[in-house]
Amino acid sequence: MNLTLKIWRQEGPRAAGKLVTYQVKDISEDMSFLEMLDVLNEQLNDNGDEPIAFDSDCREGICGMCGLMISGSAHGPEKTTTCQLHMRSFSDGETITIEPWRAEAFPVVRDLVVDRGAFDRIIQAGGFISVNTGAAPEAHSVPVPKVKADRAFEAAECIGCGACVAACPNASGMLFMGAKITHLGELPQGQPERYSRVVDMVNQHDADGFGGCTNIGECSSACPKGIPLDVISTLNGDLRRSLARKA
Amino acid sequence: MTANTSELVEGLYNVGEPIADTKAPGGPIDKKWGQRKFDAALVNPANRRKLSVIVVGTGLAGGAASATLGEAGYHVKSFCYQDSPRRAHSIAAQGGINAAKNYKEDGDSIHRLFYDTVKGGDYRSRETNVYRLAEVSANIIDQCVAQGVPFAREYGGLLDNRSFGGVQVSRTFYARGQTGQQLLIGAYQALERQIAAGTVEAFTRHEMLELVIVDGRARGIIARNMVTGEIETHLADAVVLASGGYGNVFFLSTNAMGSNVTASWRAHRKGAYFANPCYTQIHPTCIPQSGAHQSKLTLMSESLRNDGRIWVPKDPADADKDPRQIPEEARDYYLERIYPSFGNLVPRDIASRAAKYQCDDGKGVGPAVEETDAEGNTRMVRRGVYLDFAEAISRLGKDAVAAKYGNLFDMYLRITGENPYEVPMRIYPAVHYTMGGLWVDYDLQSSIPGLFVAGEANFSDHGANRLGASALMQGLADGYFVLPNTIRDYLAKGPFDKVTTDNPEVTAAHKSVTDRVQQFLSIQGTRSVDSYHKELGAIMWEYCGMERTDAGLRKAIDLIRELRADFWKNVRVLGKNEQLNQSLEKAGRVADFLELGELMCIDALHRRESCGGHFRAESQTEDGEALRHDDEFAYVGAWEWGGENGAPVLHKEDLVYEAIEMKQRSYK
Repeated sequence: MNLTLKIWRQEGPRAAGKLVTYQVKDISEDMSFLEMLDVLNEQLNDNGDEPIAFDSDCREGICGMCGLMISGSAHGPEKTTTCQLHMRSFSDGETITIEPWRAEAFPVVRDLVVDRGAFDRIIQAGGFISVNTGAAPEAHSVPVPKVKADRAFEAAECIGCGACVAACPNASGMLFMGAKITHLGELPQGQPERYSRVVDMVNQHDADGFGGCTNIGECSSACPKGIPLDVISTLNGDLRRSLARKA
Repeated sequence: MTANTSELVEGLYNVGEPIADTKAPGGPIDKKWGQRKFDAALVNPANRRKLSVIVVGTGLAGGAASATLGEAGYHVKSFCYQDSPRRAHSIAAQGGINAAKNYKEDGDSIHRLFYDTVKGGDYRSRETNVYRLAEVSANIIDQCVAQGVPFAREYGGLLDNRSFGGVQVSRTFYARGQTGQQLLIGAYQALERQIAAGTVEAFTRHEMLELVIVDGRARGIIARNMVTGEIETHLADAVVLASGGYGNVFFLSTNAMGSNVTASWRAHRKGAYFANPCYTQIHPTCIPQSGAHQSKLTLMSESLRNDGRIWVPKDPADADKDPRQIPEEARDYYLERIYPSFGNLVPRDIASRAAKYQCDDGKGVGPAVEETDAEGNTRMVRRGVYLDFAEAISRLGKDAVAAKYGNLFDMYLRITGENPYEVPMRIYPAVHYTMGGLWVDYDLQSSIPGLFVAGEANFSDHGANRLGASALMQGLADGYFVLPNTIRDYLAKGPFDKVTTDNPEVTAAHKSVTDRVQQFLSIQGTRSVDSYHKELGAIMWEYCGMERTDAGLRKAIDLIRELRADFWKNVRVLGKNEQLNQSLEKAGRVADFLELGELMCIDALHRRESCGGHFRAESQTEDGEALRHDDEFAYVGAWEWGGENGAPVLHKEDLVYEAIEMKQRSYK
């Protein structure tokens, strides 16, 4: 298939950016979206134009590194990561607009590459269980009810790609944060730090410039891993209880 | 460093002095690790703050090591090329992690895990290291559960297990098809906790481009800040490389796009021996390639072989038929037929070669692709075999199958457009893991004092083949339990002389990196970096892939040398250094792969036996199974860099088996 691509080009963090139009030909529907960009980049390189910078690593939908706004949707029209989006989801002759994640907390580094360091800072604020190596009890000494284990697992599937933030009109990071709080909060091991964790993480989230949550739900529908919207309710519940405890 | 001590062998390499591991203590095998930990000198907590360690890589080995060394109180600098430590390629491991917990009471033990691992590696791993791996495996599960890793559980709240290729007990712990992700997130969170505590300094989007050696010891690295292009000098008392494997030398592999050999290769060029480079694991259950555009191959977890049955049509004429219309008697369940006791769960090397042979014989399924053989003849071959869940779905129900493997089925559907709940999956082997790596002793120290190597980047624990669910085990064993205990023995010998950035050895290392970057940018040729990488990959897969021959390897060496010469004349790297420049990043990595590829072929050529993932066509039994030659090749081949235009030097470490008897492997 032949496509027209309108791609965001931005030299560096402080440079002005603009959409530039490119044409690609003979794209196979078995290609992933990123392989289609590889083809474009080879074409650019052959013509002496600098290739387009974009992030990707595992290309099997799990590392969370890739992330593009494709014609206005985070990761494009399917519920998946950009690397697992295939060209069979598009039609011949289509015009596709490709932009970086849009959020103040994710500044553009170059072209389609953004800085998601804010997610790491949220985890640093409390997204862990404090256990030093070698200090762990025998694994079977703490049983975990299967229902809780399954709920924890569902939340733990978050890959930290940032689609939730990019899709949210407020650029809120609540789904990402709620996933971590639910994952650790469902497990007996996560209880001791449960209420300090939520306060510390929310404070960091706000300090990093993410917006507030107004329950629109775009985050969950854009999430390639299907993290459910109710992890945000869990987060809010933990936050309320934590504030009540302090009062 | 050892001088060349022999005449050039076959015009390709020299043979140097033999080497040996000198750190594993004597005594019975089950007492060695305890003794080593006791013998390793201690560093008191107040002194740890004054000692610094650089860790390159943030996967299971690097992330776990950084977190643990940080907890202990050392000052750690952690480096990764990705935007966050959480993206290290360990995250992509699907199936599981082994541990000798014997929760199923099915006869498992440390000794059995040890035995299976040594046998699975075709008796080409170091016995002492493997025993220790099995010994600490149970602690890993305890540690991860305490961190909140959501392993699969039974209704009673206890942990569930499953079995994996090459073993007959259920010792694999798993988190659906995302075990690597969940374990990595555990290590990542432990690491972020230490970053917040100030014991670990994180350098993301940084790539190590040179090792700094001062007075014969590893004292730091030169790294490029991939966002600003700044070439930075980082100094420390010791350096740990946990930078993963080098399977991307084949271009198409299951590795992440950024996985590369540069950190290891730069250290190799500075004197670290590279051991067993030709040992590449080909994984049997990958999604077949769909076309020339393909950038990577995707693995389907080996756990699928627990319930999926592998077959091909007996009659090649059935290849185009709907597989559901092919009756039982017209199907060949070839693994169950040839290996009745292990069936579909034979180890990876055996399953991979069996699939290749079926396709070579014209019994493959899926689209026919054009292939060129070593003599330049082309033919159309179907590269795929069926992995069929129809029986499992009728026995267990669709929901039970979905609960076990649902995300893998979804992934397959996403990539191929075919629904595996309805039609059998098509699979074919692909490059997955490299068992070779920098040579290390029992302490995980390389041949350069102060340079330690952990996880897939070292060579030590898997021998010539890796059993399923053992890579995660080794990464975490090294990172959480082994390295933090052994490196303290080295650090206790400190404090080492202070090194500053104006030291001549440091400035020379810095200058060599700057010059190399400028060289890439000034060649201004006509060919893209990727085009060289693809061509190298095609040579490696054809001649140094699943099956190797003497003539093929010699041809590959010539082809790689020509390609490398052309690369340095004609590569085109656009843009500048002082910005994010992905072509420049790739150029450095491909330049190193072009050197490594040659060494892999030399290693494969010199090892005239078949073992594990190294199958030399000249060395097979009458049944076509791999034939080892223990009398000649029961050693680790550790290669020393021979200089820019020199030949590499082979050092042999004899493999001594005291606790295990070497046997011909049989899974029949």
